[in-house]
Amino acid sequence: MYEILKNEVLGSNIYLFEVKAARIAAKAEAGQFVIIRLHETAERIPLTIADYSREKGTITIIFQAVGASTRELAEYKAGQKILDLVGPLGVPSEIEKYGTVVCIGGGVGIAPIYPIARALKEAGNKVISIIGARSRDLLFWKEKMAAVSDELLIATDDGSEGRKGFVTDVLKDLLEKEKIERVWAIGPMVMMKAVANTTRPFAVKTIVSLNPIMVDGTGMCGACRVAVGKETKFACVDGPEFDGHEVDFDLAMKRLAIFKDEEQRILAKGQCGGGCGCH
Amino acid sequence: MSLRKSRIEMPAQDPKERVKNFKEVALGYTSEMAREEASRCLNCKNPLCKKGCPVEVDIPEFISALKEDDPARAAKILKNKNNLPAICGRVCPQENQCEMHCILGKKGEPVAIGRLERFVADWEREQGIPDPEKVETINKKVAIIGSGPAGLTAAADLAKFGYQVTIFEALHVPGGVLMYGIPEFRLPKEVVQQEINYIKKLGVDIQVNFVVGKTATIADLLEEGYDAVFIGTGAGLPNFMNIPGENLSGIYSANEFLTRTNLMKAYLFPQYATPIKIGKKVAVIGAGNVAMDAARTALRLGAEESYIVYRRSAEEMPARHEEVEHAREEGVQFLFLTSPVAYKGDEKGYVKVMTCQKFALAEPDESGRRKPVAIPGSEFDMEVDTVVVAIGQGPNPLVPRTTPGLILTKKGNIQADEETGATSLSNVFAGGDIVTGAATVILAMGAGKKAARAIHRYLQGIEK
Ligand SMILES: Cc1cc2nc3c(=O)[nH]c(=O)nc-3n(C[C@H](O)[C@H](O)[C@H](O)COP(=O)(O)OP(=O)(O)OC[C@H]3O[C@@H](n4cnc5c(N)ncnc54)[C@H](O)[C@@H]3O)c2cc1C
Ligand SMILES: Cc1cc2nc3c(=O)[nH]c(=O)nc-3n(C[C@H](O)[C@H](O)[C@H](O)COP(=O)(O)OP(=O)(O)OC[C@H]3O[C@@H](n4cnc5c(N)ncnc54)[C@H](O)[C@@H]3O)c2cc1C
Ligand code: SF4
Ligand code: SF4
Ligand code: FES
Repeated sequence: MYEILKNEVLGSNIYLFEVKAARIAAKAEAGQFVIIRLHETAERIPLTIADYSREKGTITIIFQAVGASTRELAEYKAGQKILDLVGPLGVPSEIEKYGTVVCIGGGVGIAPIYPIARALKEAGNKVISIIGARSRDLLFWKEKMAAVSDELLIATDDGSEGRKGFVTDVLKDLLEKEKIERVWAIGPMVMMKAVANTTRPFAVKTIVSLNPIMVDGTGMCGACRVAVGKETKFACVDGPEFDGHEVDFDLAMKRLAIFKDEEQRILAKGQCGGGCGCH
Repeated sequence: MSLRKSRIEMPAQDPKERVKNFKEVALGYTSEMAREEASRCLNCKNPLCKKGCPVEVDIPEFISALKEDDPARAAKILKNKNNLPAICGRVCPQENQCEMHCILGKKGEPVAIGRLERFVADWEREQGIPDPEKVETINKKVAIIGSGPAGLTAAADLAKFGYQVTIFEALHVPGGVLMYGIPEFRLPKEVVQQEINYIKKLGVDIQVNFVVGKTATIADLLEEGYDAVFIGTGAGLPNFMNIPGENLSGIYSANEFLTRTNLMKAYLFPQYATPIKIGKKVAVIGAGNVAMDAARTALRLGAEESYIVYRRSAEEMPARHEEVEHAREEGVQFLFLTSPVAYKGDEKGYVKVMTCQKFALAEPDESGRRKPVAIPGSEFDMEVDTVVVAIGQGPNPLVPRTTPGLILTKKGNIQADEETGATSLSNVFAGGDIVTGAATVILAMGAGKKAARAIHRYLQGIEK
């Protein structure tokens, strides 16, 4: 059992949890994730390690309450315990001194981009970060991101904060103006696809972090397979980070929607408390 | 009364009923049946049956106890060698193991050793399994990686020697394939957990949610004070065919399909939150035990038609005869000499059509195996909405990749001595599917048993 030490609301429907997990904290690196199972009848869901403290033996996860499992998790309070937590999974980000790099976090993707930006900064890179969301109430960690970036740029779809528009608009200006060595982008699949398309003409290597459906997270089931270049990869063990110019995003998006009907069914169950006999 | 040539049949659920539920198919002997079957055993002086048991069960001895209507003693004899009798009695390929050697098999049917083993284990479980006797502890620690049959057996035997044993398991429950792969209707998960509870009572500590190679490496464990390590991580990496369209939605590896259903209990969705999508027409590629399990599971999940699609013919099917029979009775259909070459999907990316090719079998080659050869121009389309790829599993590289100095075979399996499990690293042993490639429960247990002995010798400073 893994105790939740802190439950904080970061923005509309966005939550931050700090969880006691000393073994995972001891090994965690930027780019890795955990899988949690809340209780006996829950599913296993992957969440990125947004931060960790080796001293305190804690990890931080940030998530958006979008479906049944994340909504249920959002109800958990500090002091309560999560039944299963396993990690750190996945291959850590390739951190080196590249020169000038751009780190892009879209929506809840701001959380996983943070440890990467921090590590890149510590490795001596000039880090330009772009964070974006639909509107300002979905933005979080501005100060934290600013602290690990040489420059922090903001974009919102509705213009309620920073530049009105998409992160890709900001990125395009940067690419035209400055020599960028590498780009990291984490966020919704459509955003990562758009970022990859933006950098392609500039031939700037772009790393994206894929978030397919997973079960075990150890390479055993193949649920998380994604097409990268001509090959099929298992995102949980070969990724989750891949070269965005090689990823088949359309396939990845279709695979994310496999269980759409079932997701609706289980949400309906949650809302009426079950026992209604209608599902 | 003359000796019966044939064994006592074991009652089973009616096929028409059982395809609608996940309850166990085979129902087990009653005490009368067990006693009668036991009475067929000749109690041979030189029991050939024993040669076929990788964990060396004292077969005539436990059967004698049954004849004398003393199931408690039978259980004790059985448990002395076999830590997982209720599991073995159900899933051991007995026809190729102990029963293949039984003397009665020469003129009639061999003694139903597996069924008797199951009876004894079930009888004991119903009575409440007595706690094991305490042993004197040895102040040395052994780490076991993976809690499948290999790891569980090595752990239990080492605990019986007196070592302090910890199992590290990646998933949230121990049991390996016994929990995530083999379906509930062949091996109830409650039975597996009770046998594992017995192993815990021997003093074995089981840490779940611990991926060796990620949460900690073997080097970390040795540094933390473990004196030896046993690797029993299985063959968990699913193979795909790498043909066009294989990543469409609705195409699962057998591992995913079975893990969702068994481990995550998707058949109880939405009471259990893990979903599974099952179409009307399901094609399972392959014809081993795993494929049979998937095809039968598909029917239970509500598929209208479930097909086994296999490149060779009925004779070459690697699945156990009994499994094929059960599948047939339940309505699974067989498409032999057929293999998919491509899949096509709808606009949302769900698989809809499987393009297949027909095969013919060539004359046997030197190895005596008839090779399937594709028939040109034989392609045809088949409508499907779910596909399960069950063409085998390879070794998971997580542990090997993070263990410098561990020598692997060309296929990526760990190189280990067959008799001792010794690897290229002096304090690291290995056994089960990670060494042999996908095999059987009992072979994995046999490997665990031999490795436990070898680890004992190693830790006592006797030659490796
Ligand atoms: C490696 C990895 C790291 C992740 N890290 C985070 C994280 O740090 N924070 C976070 O909030 N989420 C993260 N995710 C996504 C998260 O696992 C899913 O959002 C979660 O499983 C949804 O469960 P649910 O039952 O609440 O929603 P569901 O009912 O499963 O889904 C609700 C809606 O969300 C969409 N959805 C489902 N899964 C995903 C997904 N993987 N990505 C995007 N949309 C999805 C569905 O299509 C649906 O529209 C990560 C996924 C992976 C694979
Ligand atoms: C569907 C199916 C049906 C089968 N039916 C039969 C049958 O009827 N009869 C029969 O005899 N055999 C059957 N088999 C084969 C049999 O189950 C296997 O040969 C046997 O389980 C192998 O045992 P093992 O201990 O080597 O590995 P496994 O049972 O595979 O267990 C390995 C364990 O190690 C864990 N692990 C892996 N990597 C790590 C890591 N890095 N860190 C920590 N833990 C890790 C895994 O999660 C798993 O729990 C079947 C197999 C399948 C898949
Ligand atoms: S464990 Fe398997 S091989 Fe050994 S006696 Fe039992 S059924 Fe036969
Ligand atoms: S060989 Fe057959 S008859 Fe002889 S002891 Fe073994 S089970 Fe009994
Ligand atoms: S989640 Fe199962 S292989 Fe990646």
